[in-house]
Amino acid sequence: MSSANKPTTAVKLVLLGEAAVGKSSLVLRFVSNDFQENKEPTIGAAFLTQRCTIGDKTIKFEIWDTAGQERFASLAPMYYRNAQAALVVYDITKPASFIKARHWVKELHEQASKDIIIALCGNKYDLISKNNEEGEEIESNRKVSIEEGQNLAEEENLLFFETSAKTAYNVNEVFMAIGNKIPSGKKKNNDGGLGLSAGRGDNDDNNNGRVDLNAPIDAGANNANCAC
Amino acid sequence: MDENYDVIVLGTGLTECILSGLLSVEGKKVLHIDRQDFYGGESASLNLSQLYSKFKPSKKPDESLGRDRDWCVDLIPKFLMANGELTNILVHTDVTRYIEFKQISGSYVYRNGKIAKVPSTAAEAINSSLMGIFEKRRMRNFLEFIAKYDENDVSTHKNMDFDNETMDEIYYKFGLEAGTKDFIGHAMALWSNDDYLKQPARETYNRIVLYLQSVARYGKSPYIYPLYGLGELPQGFARLSAIYGGTYMLDTPIEEVFFEDDGKFKGVKTKEGTAKAPIVIADPTYFPNKVKKTGQKVIRAMCILNHPIPNTNNLDSLQIIIPQNQVGRKNDIYIAVVSSAHNVCSKGHYLAIISTIIETDKPHVELEPAFKIIGPTEDVLMGIAELYEPISNGKDDNVYISKSYDPSSHFEATTDDVKDIYERIIGKPLVLQQRKTATEEEELSGL
Repeated sequence: MSSANKPTTAVKLVLLGEAAVGKSSLVLRFVSNDFQENKEPTIGAAFLTQRCTIGDKTIKFEIWDTAGQERFASLAPMYYRNAQAALVVYDITKPASFIKARHWVKELHEQASKDIIIALCGNKYDLISKNNEEGEEIESNRKVSIEEGQNLAEEENLLFFETSAKTAYNVNEVFMAIGNKIPSGKKKNNDGGLGLSAGRGDNDDNNNGRVDLNAPIDAGANNANCAC
Repeated sequence: MDENYDVIVLGTGLTECILSGLLSVEGKKVLHIDRQDFYGGESASLNLSQLYSKFKPSKKPDESLGRDRDWCVDLIPKFLMANGELTNILVHTDVTRYIEFKQISGSYVYRNGKIAKVPSTAAEAINSSLMGIFEKRRMRNFLEFIAKYDENDVSTHKNMDFDNETMDEIYYKFGLEAGTKDFIGHAMALWSNDDYLKQPARETYNRIVLYLQSVARYGKSPYIYPLYGLGELPQGFARLSAIYGGTYMLDTPIEEVFFEDDGKFKGVKTKEGTAKAPIVIADPTYFPNKVKKTGQKVIRAMCILNHPIPNTNNLDSLQIIIPQNQVGRKNDIYIAVVSSAHNVCSKGHYLAIISTIIETDKPHVELEPAFKIIGPTEDVLMGIAELYEPISNGKDDNVYISKSYDPSSHFEATTDDVKDIYERIIGKPLVLQQRKTATEEEELSGL
């Protein structure tokens, strides 16, 4: 029953969205089931992995954070390369972040591979649904209606969820929904590679001259470097 | 965004991006700006429309070339030595996680009007078509000597003294012919002219060893190359910097540079406001008054082909070196060939980038021998670049300027420049420290 026996599909997933909408928090919730209030902008941990088992397949999400490079519109083409899934995040209490989400969806259609799976996330659901002492909802905080999100998702053929990284609401569901749409087995995309995981031992498709720079070099080969 | 930083970096060329990455990892607060809206500066890889608008604004790329984004054409043609210092830096900074590398399938040299594989083992020397039967044996002896040479074991030195004998004297002791010297010195030691013959043999020996070990590492050639082109390298190091808190602003021209009264760098003004830092690192284009011409100009011809290079067994990628003596020149001509196997052009196409240091007032004519080797072309785009270097070492004004990318076929001079600038800024030599590996990080995250 161990998931280790099931075929593992590596999936590069990229995060997009305005600063401070909770991109890293969603990932932190998904990967570590954790949440940090007033989290500092992303530093030092922009590449997380999480395995999850869906039916008879295991998916290894390799999650790329923007590392703040979106702030001045300076994301590199490398960021989108070979991404098979993207999470476009906005804050349901901030209309400007929803406008930005449209922009990112457009950007993905232009820059990423054609068959990329995009999930749209209206985050910070806790801010409008926080059950206070009387059990009432604070609906007035909401500035982007659920219909607006749904409409954009329908127009652009996106998965859509309202989420809360703080309460974990719908967080696993987003990743499961993405996982469900990933074709099982080794997916060969037209660029001929699975991006970053090649040569790391878990990617056994034909290597065709591909090299793993991290593989140890035998001691003899090191000599001359020392002799210089 | 009026803010204070530890270092401001101008230009996103490879040298600048490696330094940004290294300094960010060490905890420095870095602001990295480029006036252009793409990463890479002079060391970028361009798509078709960028390429044509830069080199042939009057012409649109032919439709048969396919989609714009399938193309990543290097502005500066180079390959990485598999055992070279850039590979070392990539591994130690773990930037290898963002970039995939493939071998370059062959290393060729031009001799007596033909091209052939550079022999890198005694067995290959014996089978090589580059030499006659007696010369093959001499070459085999030479390669065996290099392979067995051990600094600490005098019996392997065969009375050769690398520090007090010139390389020409070493060649003489093996009785090697002029043409063989050409391919050892130019296709293995990768010297671009013959000045090395009169210098102590030590550096040439080191270079030959680097070549042979690089070949030994993956087999087909000493070279490796990133999928999607060399432009991935600056992007990868920029990402490293960003992950460690570096701030990135593309498409942001520098409106003004501020200096203190004593002439030291103070900050820059951009559309986003003023940013201050005690130190600036920049490529030569950002401080035209603080750089000088090296006197060398390089011509580069980017040739689009719809066939592999003739007489190479249809290799998908290779380097061809035309040693200067073979065509009556003072500087070698390099041809770097890549193809859709490296995701740098659309299927069925090949890119051959020819480069050399200009020696006459008809530089395009100087490339003729290379055009003969590569065969018919779909289109050729040419550019001439003047090479610059900083006037001072930056200690007086805290302006640290990189050198233009040299015309060599590899990155060893670029990484020398990186290490040199690093040491001038930090005050001690660069020591590479291994970052946590992917597996360790995975374990840390509790999986």
